[in-house]
Amino acid sequence: MALKRLTSSPSFPSLPNLLFKSLSTPRSFSSASTEDEKILTIETSVPFTGHKCDPPSRTIDTTPKELMGFFHDMALMRRMEIAADSLYKAKLIRGFCHLYDGQEAVAVGMEAAITKKDSIITAYRDHCIYLGRGGTLLEAFSELMGRRAGCSKGKGGSMHFYKKESGFYGGHGIVGAQIPLGCGIAFAQKYSKDETVTFALYGDGAANQGQLFEALNIAALWDLPAILVCENNHYGMGTAEWRAAKSPSYYKRGDYVPGLKVDGMDALAVKQACKFAKEHALKNGPIILEMDTYRYHGHSMSDPGSTYRTRDEISGVRQERDPIERVRKLILAHDLATASDLKDIEKEVRKQVDEAIAQAKESPMPDPSELFTNVYVKGYGVESFGADRKEVRAVLP
Amino acid sequence: MWGIIRQKVGSRCFSASILGQSLERIEQPLTVLARNFSSGGKDMNVRDALNSALDEEMSADPKVLLMGEEVGEYQGAYKISKGLLEKYGPERVLDTPITEAGFAGIGVGAAYYGLRPVVEFMTFNFSMQAIDHIINSAAKSNYMSAGQINVPIVFRGPNGAAAGVGAQHSQCYAAWFASCPGLKVLSPYSSEDARGLLKAAIRDPDPVVFLENELLYGESFPVSAEALDSSFCLPIGKAKIEREGKHVTITAFSKMVGYALQAAEILAKEGISAEVINLRSIRPLDRDTINASVRKTNRLVTLEEGFPQHGVGAEICTSVIEESFEYLDAPVERIAGADVPMPYAANLERMAVPQVDDIVRAAKRACYRAVPVAAVA
Repeated sequence: MALKRLTSSPSFPSLPNLLFKSLSTPRSFSSASTEDEKILTIETSVPFTGHKCDPPSRTIDTTPKELMGFFHDMALMRRMEIAADSLYKAKLIRGFCHLYDGQEAVAVGMEAAITKKDSIITAYRDHCIYLGRGGTLLEAFSELMGRRAGCSKGKGGSMHFYKKESGFYGGHGIVGAQIPLGCGIAFAQKYSKDETVTFALYGDGAANQGQLFEALNIAALWDLPAILVCENNHYGMGTAEWRAAKSPSYYKRGDYVPGLKVDGMDALAVKQACKFAKEHALKNGPIILEMDTYRYHGHSMSDPGSTYRTRDEISGVRQERDPIERVRKLILAHDLATASDLKDIEKEVRKQVDEAIAQAKESPMPDPSELFTNVYVKGYGVESFGADRKEVRAVLP
Repeated sequence: MWGIIRQKVGSRCFSASILGQSLERIEQPLTVLARNFSSGGKDMNVRDALNSALDEEMSADPKVLLMGEEVGEYQGAYKISKGLLEKYGPERVLDTPITEAGFAGIGVGAAYYGLRPVVEFMTFNFSMQAIDHIINSAAKSNYMSAGQINVPIVFRGPNGAAAGVGAQHSQCYAAWFASCPGLKVLSPYSSEDARGLLKAAIRDPDPVVFLENELLYGESFPVSAEALDSSFCLPIGKAKIEREGKHVTITAFSKMVGYALQAAEILAKEGISAEVINLRSIRPLDRDTINASVRKTNRLVTLEEGFPQHGVGAEICTSVIEESFEYLDAPVERIAGADVPMPYAANLERMAVPQVDDIVRAAKRACYRAVPVAAVA
């Protein structure tokens, strides 16, 4: 997805032409691989912490292609969310709009470790996960604005993006519900002998939900390939984690289920953790990953996000831990691209987002007949009614 | 504990013989019934009907699986799933812990992926623990995803009053579930209903709430050869006229159909010919059949076991007023469970659930309303 756009972009020079100088790789690449695939070995700034498991190594192999891909994809996600902020303020997006900027590393790191045959299910902060699963900007913006070209034809809205063919099961508005659902998908994967796993994402707020423990108990009993990923951005709406959880060590809350605490602002650490978790889940059943991450926006567009945390805290994280800046520094340190190359990528991404928004604005609202479609797969010709059933009725096919 | 209750139930509710007798009396004069049974038809109880339906559907489609409390090794709390664990193994017949929210959600997730789970609630009273998954995760998904995620799941189990089980174990959930677009809600009465509707529910691509009745499990009904065939299926959304009549329509579902038929027998002796409609499908509701019947009889008594306010009868009444107002010769009568939590004491419990006398009385009221009510001076 993202990488094709990267190499075909006219403003960005093709990778093989760049000078490569790796500072820390002892391996020389074989003549069979291109410079894109040269192995770089990076150490995460923070080690993993394990609960009832041996954490994976903090030394991670990556390639220039992968790092450039991370940068591009995260920049795209960042720009999309910021643009959504403006659209919401312009009242083109209505209702709820929960933005993911700051948490991009979780989405891209996870994608790097898995395939589209693995499944992801999340709650309502789903725009960037959708993009990571192969969704397009046009589908995302159209859905946000309630237009026909939206991924749910305008009938879902911000919290209900889906892409079943690439293993994305939504998009859920009820806090915590996605966890048993995710364990159910994992059950079905095991039942079908697919050798794939499901990542069920939830926040620190949802981590106290009873249904999480009910589902985790069953997942552990039945050895389901379910990976529960707590995106701990430290605030459940306006409530800080220490005010909501007696034990905010979410990776330990599985008790008999192993867990891993991960620096969620480090895409490579996320990738390593997800790779580790997938191997574990296929052999040993459920595991919990706690991603230590942060959201720059408030809980949603209705929340300024500054009444329960200080602006210093927000800007502090932005300065010290921003996921995009981390990858930028890595790319520059390893001479994979110049600062102006990266700025060009950001400009290109901005252009793509602006074009997608313009196109989405052209998409019309759904036809009134769509009010009555998709209530059922099989409606048996039954009647459904509008507000005044003597005025508006429809037959469900 | 359940074993003891079941024994008590067997002696307290109508035994099969009373019901069987009233059915035999109906069969002879009415040869135009829609039911198509051979004269040498066998009898089958509802429990076996449900068991055979589950068995056949699991055999036909490897994606069908059963999960719930005690469905496996215990052979089912009410023995509905007897023998299935042995036949299909623990991967397809799954005993769950007592965690309705958890296992209902897992069932819905499995359905998202493409499996066809049958999730059993030991009674529908416990479905309230999982109701978010039934409504928000299952019923609405096809719509919210504009058709990407359909949910071919069946939630089944006993619904409504049993005998002496008290307030928390006696509620009827038909009205609640049937108000929700995206769900289908079925409720069988006879063994043929049980077989045909459960098979239809399992094959259906949408979420189905299947409301059984504990006191009917032991009841036997004649089943036709056609109904015994493994491909047998009843249409969803179509009611059945159990007894044709001319003077008053009585709508009912589940156990109340049996009561309505008894009431019809009593009314017949007094010259009132009652038409008994077995709804079979609460959602979609067969408004056409109901309205056609009321247009013929001009009088309606709605009958249900559940709470009266905002109940199934309220919807039927409104539907008839909207579609067939000019045809009504009397106000619609509504017989429902008492507007109180279910008491335990036997005499109070009897008052809390419709009895045959109540149905007869309501039908007579609907029929003797020949004199218009005088205006109060």
